[in-house]
Amino acid sequence: MKHLSKTDKSTFILVAILALLAPFILNPFPEGSAMAQFNAGYPDLMQRFAIFGILAIGFNILFGLTGYLSFGHAAFLGVGSYSAVWMFKLLSMNIVPAIILSVIVAGVFSLLIGFICLRRSGIYFSILTLMFAQMSYSLAYSVLTPLTNGETGLQVYNDDPQYLMGPNSSEVTNLFGLEMRSTFTLDVGPWAFQFNLGYYVCALFLLLAFYIAIRIFRSPFGLMLRAIKTNQTRLNYTGLNSRPYTLAAFVISGMYAGLAGGLMASMDPLAGAERMYWTASGEIVLMTILGGVGTLLGPVLGAGFIKYFENIFSKINDTVLHTWFSILPDGLENAIVWVLHFFVGKGWHLTLGLLFMMIVIFLPGGLMEGGQKIMNKIRGKKKNDKDGGAKAAATPAE
Amino acid sequence: MSNLTRRGLLKSGAVMGAGLAAPTFFTNMAHAYTNAPTGSSVTLGFNVPQTGPYADEGADELRAYELAVEHLNGGGDGGMMNTFSSKALKGNGILGKKVEFVTGDTQTKSDAARASAKSMIEKDGAVMITGGSSSGVAIAVQGLCQEAGVIFMAGLTHSNDTTGKDKKANGFRHFFNGYMSGAALAPVLEARYGNDRNAYHLTADYTWGWTQQESIQQATEGKGWNTVNNVLTPLATTDFSSYVAPVLNSGADVLVLNHYGGNMINSLTSAVQFGLRDKVVNNKNFEIVVPLYSRLMARGAGENVKGIFGSTNWHWSLTDDGTKAFVKSFGEKYGFPPSQAAHTTYVQTLLYADACERSGTFNPCGVAEALEGFKFDGMGNGPTEYRAEDHQCFKDVLVVKGKENPTSEFDVLEVVEVTPRAQVEYPVDHPMFAGGDLGKCNPGA
Repeated sequence: MKHLSKTDKSTFILVAILALLAPFILNPFPEGSAMAQFNAGYPDLMQRFAIFGILAIGFNILFGLTGYLSFGHAAFLGVGSYSAVWMFKLLSMNIVPAIILSVIVAGVFSLLIGFICLRRSGIYFSILTLMFAQMSYSLAYSVLTPLTNGETGLQVYNDDPQYLMGPNSSEVTNLFGLEMRSTFTLDVGPWAFQFNLGYYVCALFLLLAFYIAIRIFRSPFGLMLRAIKTNQTRLNYTGLNSRPYTLAAFVISGMYAGLAGGLMASMDPLAGAERMYWTASGEIVLMTILGGVGTLLGPVLGAGFIKYFENIFSKINDTVLHTWFSILPDGLENAIVWVLHFFVGKGWHLTLGLLFMMIVIFLPGGLMEGGQKIMNKIRGKKKNDKDGGAKAAATPAE
Repeated sequence: MSNLTRRGLLKSGAVMGAGLAAPTFFTNMAHAYTNAPTGSSVTLGFNVPQTGPYADEGADELRAYELAVEHLNGGGDGGMMNTFSSKALKGNGILGKKVEFVTGDTQTKSDAARASAKSMIEKDGAVMITGGSSSGVAIAVQGLCQEAGVIFMAGLTHSNDTTGKDKKANGFRHFFNGYMSGAALAPVLEARYGNDRNAYHLTADYTWGWTQQESIQQATEGKGWNTVNNVLTPLATTDFSSYVAPVLNSGADVLVLNHYGGNMINSLTSAVQFGLRDKVVNNKNFEIVVPLYSRLMARGAGENVKGIFGSTNWHWSLTDDGTKAFVKSFGEKYGFPPSQAAHTTYVQTLLYADACERSGTFNPCGVAEALEGFKFDGMGNGPTEYRAEDHQCFKDVLVVKGKENPTSEFDVLEVVEVTPRAQVEYPVDHPMFAGGDLGKCNPGA
């Protein structure tokens, strides 16, 4: 920690506090109230926030620093999940070997893909990675079925070998006996806060991932990566071979994705091929852009934003809408429900799309730019001269 | 006491208030099973594809669920509750608790389906999850429900694996499967097309496609047919012409399309455009077979389905009392007849509610016990049994044909034969279903 600058340290502490208190922060509305629909503080979604946060942080190391836009990152996530589930099938339900193997396998896999794809840059690089990811998806979906169980997804069965499994070993994913699904519910008046062990494991990994990302951003290596993004040709003319740097960044971000995949399988021991589909890769890109490319905190925010919409808005159906507006006169109620109907439930993609468009148009720096603008408004114009500096530091990727 | 200030009073008041509102601690251990309903209502989770390739089926399933909830709570005309052979349901909810529901979008992806089911269990307190329009999703969610300790009532899932190698003690399937399709179709095909046919299979390249292809091949070869070739087509294929063209020169005289949904619409259209149905091969008319039919698919394929054989779980044109009652209440509410997906999900919801009533609890183990070996009638499929050993329903299967002269856009299939249950039944340890383990029922908590 002492290696961090003052601002980095406060950002890290902020993230740590947010992560540890998430069960409170995400559950602002009492149980049973109409607004409880918007609560996100249940174990599964909190785990997803942390896991996709890790994924987006890793992606940002590649995209945010070097500017190489990978459209196939979901492949590493998928490979990580498959390795983790295989560990559960072969060894035991302990998550430690699973996570270690998923990071290693994703690292090797990204080294292989990166070695080939990084021979090109720009759009050609994106297309190559997209192609590899789609290839992995198709292989996992049908050709490699003995290894991946195809469409059904890889699951743990009762008759799997599980060589390290003792007679008293837990049947569910655990950390040396501590079960990932164990949840402690704290009831305070009408509120019910859920503290889930699995979530805290994910949150610790998120903090670790975030810390490493800060160190990379501030290191000479990180500076070199930024140089690649700024002008790779000029860098090459100085006699420097930039490819080892891009490859290293690619492998690091692949390992982040592998970690996310391993954690995903640890929370829910199933790995499906659609985790590698190109839309899944696109989602990672969206998360990063939505939050703010090249910023430390942005990708985590973006990941949370998208997962929130996917899980909360898709569950608001017409019946729920009718209960919200039941105090209004019938005609008006039906009219409002009819309009809102297109934006919630099965229309959640539309809402997300509209918000994404607005953010890209009005806040090209993503949510982070929005936050910065608000902060500047609050602080007033007393730091006019410093403004330029702050803006330069927050300049997003193109 | 003179230092009693206004500020001090406020402070001590706040402390006392906080003390009174002290948190009450208790854990889930207080309940015997996951999400035991405590209030005056019980929550069911309807997890269907609202976006993606099977969104049409999902929308129809959701309509049926809403109808079932209405009937369970005593609304509407009661639908199949009046014809159901078990009279445990009284129209006052389940066990006196009003039925409420939450919905979610599976997007026809295992991950999304599990995320949505998890949020129903963890956040909304659902005590039963039902739905699914593809086998991959159904199997994934079934596994989740087993771990979490809630009941899963499968919707539209046709793969042998759902109640075969992936069967689970907490999961139940009313819908028929690939083996039953083969067993029901083969005799009809033999009667129409003879027993020295050469079949060419085009098969969707994933679990469901394979199990169905295997079932059909085995059933038809049992009638003397010969299988010329089986070509696997990737799921994302939209242009099937390159797969259909080789069929012409293969010497085959029957084309079997093991495709579902949009795949089937495209492959069938392609085969018809190539003029396969006008060809004469080996002195026999060339024929096309689509083993799993749905009305929504038939509508999509339009003219091309005329005269083509397939099988379904149920069809709205049946004339038994259960079907009539269901079609009437569905039609009155939504203005068109229900699909087989709607039928199976409606029936599953009633069956679950009935099992709760009969066992007197929402405990998954009690419900499972009430469903195992349960024999019932009046639900549109004739006498039906939930087999205890694999949680698969055994009942009659329909062989249908694309109608030559449809009278409306919903009237595209006609029932050719109702294959009796005995003919589609198989032993639990049949090789196509072997390898699975039901395990023990899990009440969670």
